[in-house]
Amino acid sequence: MLGKTANGLFWMYRYLERAENTARLIEAGQRIALTRLEARDEEWISVLQSAGVLDAFRAENEAVTKEAAIDWLLRSRANTSSVLSCVEAARQNARMVRTALTGEVWEAINATYMRTRSTLARKVSERDLPKVLGAIRQHTALVRGMTHGTMLRNEIYDFARIGTFLERADNTARILDVKYYVLLPTASAVGTSLDNVQWETILRSVSARGGFRMAYGAGAGPAEITEFLILDKRMPRSLAFCVDKLHCNLRYLHKGKRKPLPSLRQVDQLERMYLVHEIGAVFEFGLHEFIQQMLTQLAGIARQIEIDFRFYE
Amino acid sequence: MSETPYFDEMWGHDETLRQPYQQFHDWLHRENPADLRAKQREAEELFRLTGITFNVYGRTEAEERLIPFDIIPRIISGAEWTKLSRGIEQRVRAINAFLHDIYHRQEIIRAGRIPKEMISRNEAFLPHMIGVEPPGGIYTHIVGIDLVRTGPGDFYVLEDNARTPSGVSYMLENRETMLQMFPELFSQNRVQPVQNYPTDLCRSLAASAPTGAGSQPVVAVLTPGIYNSAYFEHAFLADQMGVELVEGHDLRVVDGRVAMRTTQGYKPVDVLYRRVDDDFLDPMNFNPDSQLGVPGIMDVYRAGGITIANAPGTGIADDKAIYSYMPEIVEFYTGERPLLQNVPTWRCSDRDDLAHVLENLSDLVVKEVHGSGGYGMLIGPTATKAEIAGFRKKLKARPANYIAQPTLSLSTVPIFSRQGLAPRHVDLRPFVLVSPEGIRVTPGGLTRVALKKGSLVVNSSQGGGTKDTWVLGD
Repeated sequence: MLGKTANGLFWMYRYLERAENTARLIEAGQRIALTRLEARDEEWISVLQSAGVLDAFRAENEAVTKEAAIDWLLRSRANTSSVLSCVEAARQNARMVRTALTGEVWEAINATYMRTRSTLARKVSERDLPKVLGAIRQHTALVRGMTHGTMLRNEIYDFARIGTFLERADNTARILDVKYYVLLPTASAVGTSLDNVQWETILRSVSARGGFRMAYGAGAGPAEITEFLILDKRMPRSLAFCVDKLHCNLRYLHKGKRKPLPSLRQVDQLERMYLVHEIGAVFEFGLHEFIQQMLTQLAGIARQIEIDFRFYE
Repeated sequence: MSETPYFDEMWGHDETLRQPYQQFHDWLHRENPADLRAKQREAEELFRLTGITFNVYGRTEAEERLIPFDIIPRIISGAEWTKLSRGIEQRVRAINAFLHDIYHRQEIIRAGRIPKEMISRNEAFLPHMIGVEPPGGIYTHIVGIDLVRTGPGDFYVLEDNARTPSGVSYMLENRETMLQMFPELFSQNRVQPVQNYPTDLCRSLAASAPTGAGSQPVVAVLTPGIYNSAYFEHAFLADQMGVELVEGHDLRVVDGRVAMRTTQGYKPVDVLYRRVDDDFLDPMNFNPDSQLGVPGIMDVYRAGGITIANAPGTGIADDKAIYSYMPEIVEFYTGERPLLQNVPTWRCSDRDDLAHVLENLSDLVVKEVHGSGGYGMLIGPTATKAEIAGFRKKLKARPANYIAQPTLSLSTVPIFSRQGLAPRHVDLRPFVLVSPEGIRVTPGGLTRVALKKGSLVVNSSQGGGTKDTWVLGD
């Protein structure tokens, strides 16, 4: 397989995952805004922050308003992580690696692109927002489903998965990074209504409310949420789950190789150093530092993969 | 009954339904026009979804466009086709022999059949190819000869397209679309299949590999990239053949071989089906600014380390000035009379011809010798006075840059317009594969149709559309 093709697949699936994550963040933000009595726009600051686009937003916009934040996240071309930009970039990469995709996957991503472009051609009204976000989620799910159902399990698939899980781990880590203080164990104020709202935002941002209730029951608190999102391998967006998948797919790529490439060694190390502890140890180490280190490590692995598999040279 | 000025392939000259269209016409007659209109829209949706688009140069908005597809097929009888394909084969054989001769002993010049300066002063002549033996002795592996028709048995070659002919993906996708939309038509009519083209292409390319390539030669398609107007086709063909689609920066000369950068390191390529022009192929040997090519590939090629399809320098054979010598070329190399006719052509480099052209500009079609895609041409009968005056100036300034031809009465085939069936002018590009194993003409081709009433320009860049082309198996 060409290095360029591996690169294109990696990014196609990263962008696809990012589009979905951004859509989910908007959904969580909107939900909070609608279910709270006092109308404030602070929630949108943390949403923008979780999406990693707050600085860019501030450079282009005067104030953080709900309307401006949603538009920026959904359809701004100046924002490379907006849903529209991500879908366009995913499709551009798909075009580049057209020969590596099945017809079904290509048609699914192409349809996603055509629909998204037409629904996001104009500003989305508040009334249409749920429908638009739902459609985006459905379309990206279709691409994922077609990938799962029609692609050979070979290195093409491995690079698609590596892109998906790197992006997803990065996304979960960033949400935790922005909200870590809500999850710190404190003596007082635990269980206040404000905390409950905040915890719910976190769970909604990773589509994990139902899963969390199922696994931990309704009364569980911040320590359990943290454990769930970092260490629980049943949870498909937890750091442990994503890194495990990353590890597996990198290992498949090593079949027949005598010496492991640096990227595999790095993932191996990351898993063994950070993701085998009890959650208490994570708090002891410092939740914020822990997440910061995860983010740095993930970025390093992404860079190493580019080198190991000759994405560019 | 009145005679129509143009030959219609469905209705002839005198409104009598022609035989190849009989079955189809019966079917059409039974169909409800509203249903057909819905089918026409369905076809468009299919094309959009599969991404069968082309990019238009110089337009940023709407950068990907569909080529309009018309659901009425163009139908050719088996007997007509047999005759036609014999002519095509003869022509392609002559082109390959001509190219070999031009880059070696130049017997045809010695014999006085072509003036020396037609070659030596021609921009399409590539001195790098002098004395080079292409692997398998083939210069043009893929040819798309443009034909037009003026009567029941009258076909003319308009252009030979021996460099990098495009459009074959439309031939294939048009057929796929028709099969999906009107399966019953293919049960009623015996239409010769075109779907083997990608397999044949792959086999043909592999058979042209250099001698040292082994039993499973590595084939790759070289594209200028996703912004190229024909990128869809490049990806389509690579996908259908199951080979890699590479760009210049994926390739490099490693240990005297051209190799592609894979996730496991560099892997040699035996046959490169390139869709990049000669000039951009090798910045070390040609245009030094090219980002699209592979530095040093010409040196590997000359040493016999790789097959480039089509070979560099084949442009000399489809040059519009050389075109006018094609009847002589066919006779010279095959010893046979040409089976396909040439359109009479005036070479403006010739003083008498130029005088004739300048006098009759309003009746002629004037083309640039190296132009393509319908750009830079004058169609006398439909041109404005100002356009004609502009061309007169150009002709006087650089006469050798132009040729002129009479405006032919191109045949028409009905399209399914808003008002029902309406005749529109068409041309035909059949696709030919050449390898040491032989010449293969795919039964069918790309029919391009001028959608505007009365228009003779069929190019997609100028508002033309396409049709499925049927060759009946009788």
